[in-house]
Amino acid sequence: MCLAVPGKIVERHEENGLAMGTVDFAGTTVSVCLAYVPEAEIGSYVIVHAGFALNVLDEEEANKTLALFDEIDELTKRSQEIQPK
Amino acid sequence: MKFVEEYRDPQTARNLLAELARTVTRPWVIMEICGGQTHAIVKNGLDQLLPGKIELVHGPGCPVCVTSLELIDKAIAIALVPNTIFVSFGDMLRVPGSHKDLFMAKSEGADVRIVYSPLESLKIARENPDKRVVFFAVGFETTAPGNAMLIAQAEREKLTNFSLLVSHVLVPPAMSALLLSPQNRVQAYLAAGHVCSVMGYHEYEPLASSFKVPIVVTGFEPNDILAGILAAVKQLETGRAEVENMYPRVVTREGNLPAQEQIKRIFEITDRAWRGIGVIPQSGLRLRPQYSQFDAEKIFDVGHLKAKESPDCISGQILQGLKKPHQCSQFGTRCTPQSPLGATMVSSEGACAAYYAVRKFRPVG
Repeated sequence: MCLAVPGKIVERHEENGLAMGTVDFAGTTVSVCLAYVPEAEIGSYVIVHAGFALNVLDEEEANKTLALFDEIDELTKRSQEIQPK
Repeated sequence: MKFVEEYRDPQTARNLLAELARTVTRPWVIMEICGGQTHAIVKNGLDQLLPGKIELVHGPGCPVCVTSLELIDKAIAIALVPNTIFVSFGDMLRVPGSHKDLFMAKSEGADVRIVYSPLESLKIARENPDKRVVFFAVGFETTAPGNAMLIAQAEREKLTNFSLLVSHVLVPPAMSALLLSPQNRVQAYLAAGHVCSVMGYHEYEPLASSFKVPIVVTGFEPNDILAGILAAVKQLETGRAEVENMYPRVVTREGNLPAQEQIKRIFEITDRAWRGIGVIPQSGLRLRPQYSQFDAEKIFDVGHLKAKESPDCISGQILQGLKKPHQCSQFGTRCTPQSPLGATMVSSEGACAAYYAVRKFRPVG
């Protein structure tokens, strides 16, 4: 239930008074309720859970996390140079 | 897939594990709350790759697992009422009740339907005006906004044949209960990333400071989990006890405000019985009185049901992190996903199901 992968909004419309959209998960498209992400636009990546988009993915933060991983990569390389095995 | 693959990169995983090995100096016990994280850990063998000093313990973050036996029995009783359509997420169908499960009720003629999105249950209600449609609203805070929307829509559309059987549970009160337990040996927690994406993480700050435990908001990809564990270990090694967000691409401190407002509008907090654990005060959600026309427990009088749990099932101890699935005498023998004794073997977020899927009958290494 908690597992959710990010998908890209490719289309928006209204259905029964609710903001709905089509979200593309690398080729598979699913109909999703966008009522809780009013700031999301076509092209935004959202986390979808049981048919509802709950958050827009923050691309800047995503890149910061990857930069953190790169830092740890550097630390690992340096420690291997100090103690080659 | 964008924003997914990068967090599964094996070299990054190796680097994170190396950094963990460099950082840890003594044994620590860390609990991941969310069942989705348990599955990610077990599936990727992360618990076996961690330095030996770090022990991962699995928490009660499996809403299907903690739905009370009484509610399962009620669900089955409602499903068997003529002219009723009982709608649910797939996992709930194989959860054992006192005598049977929803799947067996279906085979006895009950109209039980599986949906992926709760909105489909509204569609079923619109298309079947002569039937009473009940949706099994199970979940933590992650599914509460969706289920709240069902009521808002049902009210807007003036549906008279739709109701929810509510089994919502909340994470922070469960964490308090675990932290207060005299058997607790957990020293740091990985908070559930998607629950926090809805609720934010400010509710965990009083828990971190009063119980002096690091709480790290963690995602679900292998490298997100390793990064969460690394942050927790760094805090433990330096004597810090803070709430830290290691899933900032999705989680903010405030969370999703429109979703929180909708939850508050439709639901109120109540005491709730957690299967295998007992009643945790103020740990659940129920419909507010003004929505009682949508409350299945008020609409259906299914009589006094006497719930009977399997005497051999140790789900309760597993959900509290006191035992691991392979320590259960019935694991993999009398209890399998095909013939489960308890909910933890059935749910896609249950620890026993996770261990069984990788044939984890004993600790390795």
